Amino acid sequence: MDLSYTDEESAFQSEVRNFLAEKLSKQMSEKVRLGGDLTKADMDEWHSILNDKGWLAQNWPKAFGGAEWDAVQRHIYEEEAALANAPRIVPFGLSMLAPVLHKFGSKEQCDRWLPRILSGEDWWCQGYSEPGAGSDLASLKTRAVREGDHYIVNGQKTWTTLGQHANMIFCLVRTDVDVKQQEGISFLLIDMDTPGIEVRPIVLLDGGAEVNEVWFTDVKVPVANLVGEENKGWTYAKYLLTHERTNIAGVGFSNAGLQAVKRIAKSELSAGIPLIENPHFAARIAQVEIDLMAMSLSNLRIVSQAAKGGAPGLEASMLKVKGSIIRQEINDLARRAVGPYALPFASEAIEGANEAPFGPEYAAPVAAEYFNNRKLSIFGGSNEVQRQIIAKTTLGAMR
Amino acid sequence: MNFELTEERQMLQDTLRRFLADKYDVPTRNAILESESGMSAEIWSQLAELGIQGALFDEAQGGFGGAGFDIAVVFEELGRAGIVEPILETCIFGGGLIAALGNEAQKGLLESIIDGNTKIALAHSEPRSRYDLSRVETQYEDGKIKGHKSMAMGAPNADFVIISVRESGGNDDQNGISLFLVPAPDLDMRTTAVMGGGMAADIYLDGLSVSDDKRLGPKGSAFLYLETVFAKAITAICAQTLGGMETATKLTIDYLQTRKQFGKPIGTFQALQHRLSDMLIELEQARSAVIGAAGYLDADTHLRDRYVSAAKNLVGRAARLIAEEAIQMHGGIAMTQEYELAHIAKRVVMADHMFGDTDHHLERFIALSAV
Ligand SMILES: Cc1cc2nc3c(=O)[nH]c(=O)nc-3n(C[C@H](O)[C@H](O)[C@H](O)COP(=O)(O)OP(=O)(O)OC[C@H]3O[C@@H](n4cnc5c(N)ncnc54)[C@H](O)[C@@H]3O)c2cc1C
Ligand SMILES: Cc1cc2nc3c(=O)[nH]c(=O)nc-3n(C[C@H](O)[C@H](O)[C@H](O)COP(=O)(O)OP(=O)(O)OC[C@H]3O[C@@H](n4cnc5c(N)ncnc54)[C@H](O)[C@@H]3O)c2cc1C
Repeated sequence: MDLSYTDEESAFQSEVRNFLAEKLSKQMSEKVRLGGDLTKADMDEWHSILNDKGWLAQNWPKAFGGAEWDAVQRHIYEEEAALANAPRIVPFGLSMLAPVLHKFGSKEQCDRWLPRILSGEDWWCQGYSEPGAGSDLASLKTRAVREGDHYIVNGQKTWTTLGQHANMIFCLVRTDVDVKQQEGISFLLIDMDTPGIEVRPIVLLDGGAEVNEVWFTDVKVPVANLVGEENKGWTYAKYLLTHERTNIAGVGFSNAGLQAVKRIAKSELSAGIPLIENPHFAARIAQVEIDLMAMSLSNLRIVSQAAKGGAPGLEASMLKVKGSIIRQEINDLARRAVGPYALPFASEAIEGANEAPFGPEYAAPVAAEYFNNRKLSIFGGSNEVQRQIIAKTTLGAMR
Repeated sequence: MNFELTEERQMLQDTLRRFLADKYDVPTRNAILESESGMSAEIWSQLAELGIQGALFDEAQGGFGGAGFDIAVVFEELGRAGIVEPILETCIFGGGLIAALGNEAQKGLLESIIDGNTKIALAHSEPRSRYDLSRVETQYEDGKIKGHKSMAMGAPNADFVIISVRESGGNDDQNGISLFLVPAPDLDMRTTAVMGGGMAADIYLDGLSVSDDKRLGPKGSAFLYLETVFAKAITAICAQTLGGMETATKLTIDYLQTRKQFGKPIGTFQALQHRLSDMLIELEQARSAVIGAAGYLDADTHLRDRYVSAAKNLVGRAARLIAEEAIQMHGGIAMTQEYELAHIAKRVVMADHMFGDTDHHLERFIALSAV
């Protein structure tokens, strides 16, 4: 074992740093730092900057035009990008759909859809959850009935993140109602401009509108948009979920978040001294930092292992649970650190810094982020579901 | 010992609970939250008609209550319904300070507070004071107030604002703090909605002329009165948070019984059952902490403050746990703004940012315990 970076890894780290210093505009990083909501144009712009450098499709195989980074490279990028306040990479096309297409899609599908993900021509969203099918995803009801060269889709998806920007949605739909739930599900690619699709925004508790309901009424989808085989969608969906989970440790975000907490605690005064010198608060910061240091190594360890072929199963669930708890704890610290100025509920805290912030500028987003990031332990397989996986994997099937 | 509410308080509780259940439903509250003023004038006067403001004052002040348990009963119900109107600011801070310190003319306001015709706010905290009660840098000199008051809750809707100023001593001396009762329209305010409901303002005092007769109480000795009124305010907000936690817990129980996944109610999963049990256990702890604070509110200040700080610390911890667990056990639905739990969760968590947070009161408790 050796915990230091190799020469190549150090060189890569410098390259990432230089790239971010050169290509990430001050305007964009300020928006991210102040918790502003990025527009579609902002996200497209950042994607295209990364794509020009060949760094957009970080974990795609080289054969599909990806960078095929290893775990350490991904870790380095994630850490540097978060510290530089770079926008996050929107995962739906790049790290959710693409791996499914690589593994299960036809050649035509790969040729057609993958380049459009890279170019930004298509913006994908994830149509898994339904009002009645959350943790119990396999109970989904959105129905697709085959008629000639088309499927006719009826039903409703919900919690569709950034669906308002999307022109494409990958969906799990029910194609057979007469078999065991898991065996009647198919994986369909649907053009959001097809007649019969309606997108309705859901306002979340922090005032932001990042999720949507998507309604389907007699929507015609070409059979060519079926991925893999009919009724095998559950297998593909589970494959995708493992990918969703490895990214969800969010070590980079936690590092950046912890730095931000320390900056706030240096500016805030408690009983006349900087909050960071208050032993009680310093202990709170230290406690999270200790957890995060270990988490960061766990993440590297597990992702490296996965790259060597060990499928991340129970370990991916562990990363998801611990990673989300640490991020939420950091959000809680930021809220505490700010004190009374965490109270203002201003739309500008969400829409970006148009008006002068109320109180110190770092105060504006912290309470909203604290509440918004409660989602981290709910989506992508809730933490209860993950714990269930960990225990079942360990204990085996018992009666 | 006797843990029963008196008949009068029982009636007060029943009346208020029924009124709010009837008149302050979720769509009503969501409309209030989205309104310009962030409060309902109609609800305000109806509360006065029910005698809610009056229940927070004793007979000498023109009310019919005013003790710790009156405060606890009223605010628990207000919290249960998640009401956002500035009762605490007006009655506990405003009315409390005027009753304790006002001259005859100023005390004339008490009647109109109780009748629901006047609203008051306290502008005490400052950008650098955080939660320190004695840190006042705003100056009063030659008839002019100079300084910056931050996050004055209720100020945007108030008719009068009580402003604390320093007239002598160092920045955080307890001696040398005075209060002035100033008509709100005289003030330069920047207003904001508050996460979890209500309105607040930063107040910019750029040499505002205020005559000496606007002074509330004697010169330089307001601190003790501020401590007393903050003890009441902390009891009130703890009771309000207790009520909110009761609602969060009730919503969670209902949801666990009705939401089905994997073909059965999610309440059948033991992973969730145990966590609901922990919520209920913490809720009872919080109830006792509030009873402790309310019961010792008129005791000697050392005993009072130990119970008050203990309550604020415990309730702060319980509120975070209950809000987070309630959201978690609801899944995505709890994240939506229009769902009742979202408002309640924000309200109980953000209460930690008022009148000293969990850590502040832990440190205060340690200091009080060392003596
Ligand atoms: C902000 C946000 C963004 C999202 N984005 C997307 C998206 O883009 N696309 C998409 O398809 N979905 C998305 N989701 C949906 C997300 O995946 C679901 O919310 C999640 O699967 C949980 O489902 P649910 O909300 O219906 O909760 P439920 O499944 O109803 O769960 C309620 C509670 O019960 C618990 N529970 C359920 N089953 C068990 C069990 N067997 N044992 C113990 N506890 C259990 C859960 O952990 C939870 O605490 C998003 C959700 C949120 C909040
Ligand atoms: C110091 C001591 C003094 C005691 N004194 C007395 C006494 O005076 N009189 C007397 O009658 N007994 C006494 N007991 C026994 C005590 O009541 C039992 O230990 C207790 O009931 C647990 O039973 P068990 O030890 O067989 O553990 P088990 O019941 O086998 O439990 C093992 C573990 O499984 C958990 N578990 C069991 N069922 C469930 C479930 N349905 N859901 C979730 N978790 C579950 C338990 O919580 C525990 O963690 C004493 C025990 C101790 C240790």
